[in-house]
Amino acid sequence: MTLLLNGAPQEIAATTLAEALAELGYAGRIVATAVNGHFVPARNRAATALNEGDRIEVVAPMQGG
Amino acid sequence: MASFYGFEPKNPLFLGTAQYPSPAILADAVRRSGAEIVTVSLRREAANGGAGQAFWGLIRELGVRVLPNTAGCHTVKEAVTTAEMAREVFGTDWIKLELIGEDDTLQPDVIALVEAARILADDGFQVFPYTTEDLVVAGRLLDAGCEVLMPWGAPIGSGRGLNNPYGLRSLRQHFPGVPLVVDAGIGLPSHAAQAIEMGYDGILLNTAVAKAGDPAAMAEAFALAIRAGRLAFEAQPMEARDMAAPSTPVMGKAFLA
Repeated sequence: MTLLLNGAPQEIAATTLAEALAELGYAGRIVATAVNGHFVPARNRAATALNEGDRIEVVAPMQGG
Repeated sequence: MASFYGFEPKNPLFLGTAQYPSPAILADAVRRSGAEIVTVSLRREAANGGAGQAFWGLIRELGVRVLPNTAGCHTVKEAVTTAEMAREVFGTDWIKLELIGEDDTLQPDVIALVEAARILADDGFQVFPYTTEDLVVAGRLLDAGCEVLMPWGAPIGSGRGLNNPYGLRSLRQHFPGVPLVVDAGIGLPSHAAQAIEMGYDGILLNTAVAKAGDPAAMAEAFALAIRAGRLAFEAQPMEARDMAAPSTPVMGKAFLA
C-alpha cells in the first residue's frame, strides 16, 4: 500500500507500524512515531494496523533552541 | 539557587543546541558555558539518515540534562503530540512548551499555551511555558499546573535584549516564589546579567552563542555574566536616583574659594 512517510509517498508491504519501521530501515533507532496526527507509543507499534493513505511521522532528536 | 521541578543547577543557563557551525563547536560551547541543561527538539528522521542518532549520541556524551521543546508548533494538538513524542524519545517529563501565534515575532499564542499547559500538566509533564511578561497569563499558567515560567526578553533570535524591563520586573515582583527564566531575545551577556540582577532565576538562549564568531568563548562570557548578575542580586543593589549625590564626604573639605 501507499502511505505518506514524513510527508512523502512511500510504498510498503508491511501492515503494522512496527513492521513498516523495520521494512523502512528504522529498526534499532531512537525515534518517536505518530499516525494521522496521533502519537503512537513504541509499545503500541506492533498492534497498530496501517491503512492506505495513512500519514506516518517518524521523528528523532535534533538540535533545538 | 532556584529549583526547576526539583532540579537545582549551579549554573542556571539553559543553552540551546541549534545553529552551531559544527557538532564539535556545540560540544565546546556547552562545556565552556558550564550549562547543566540544554534544549533539544524533534524533527523528521529520514529512513536512510542518521543525523538524529548522531546528535543524540553527542548530547548523551556531554552528560547534561535535556529540555525538549515544541518549537514551531502552532496548535494545541500539535504541541501536545510533540510533547508526547519528546517524552518517549528523551525519557524526561520536562517540556519547553512553545506555541507560536504570530510568525513575524514568533510571539506565543498565550491562549492556546494555557490550554496545552493544562493538558500536559494533567498528564504528568513538567511544563516550562514560553510566554510573554503578561501577569494575567502568568497566573493562568500557574493555575494550569506550571511551576516555572519563561517570559520572553524579545522575539526569538532577535538579540534585542530585554524589550520590556518594566514588565519583566513587574512579573518578578508579582510572583516572588516562582522560578522565572528569561527565554529568547538575549543578544549579549549584559542582557543576561540585567535579567539576573532583577532577580530572574535563569536564562535560556541559543542564537547569541551559536552565531557568535567564537561560540565557546561567548558561552563562557554568558556564564560569567550570569554569575555576576546573581552575585549582584544577592548583594542587594542600591536604589537609582535622578540627581547626583556626592560620594566623597562634603564635611572637612578645605575652603579654597
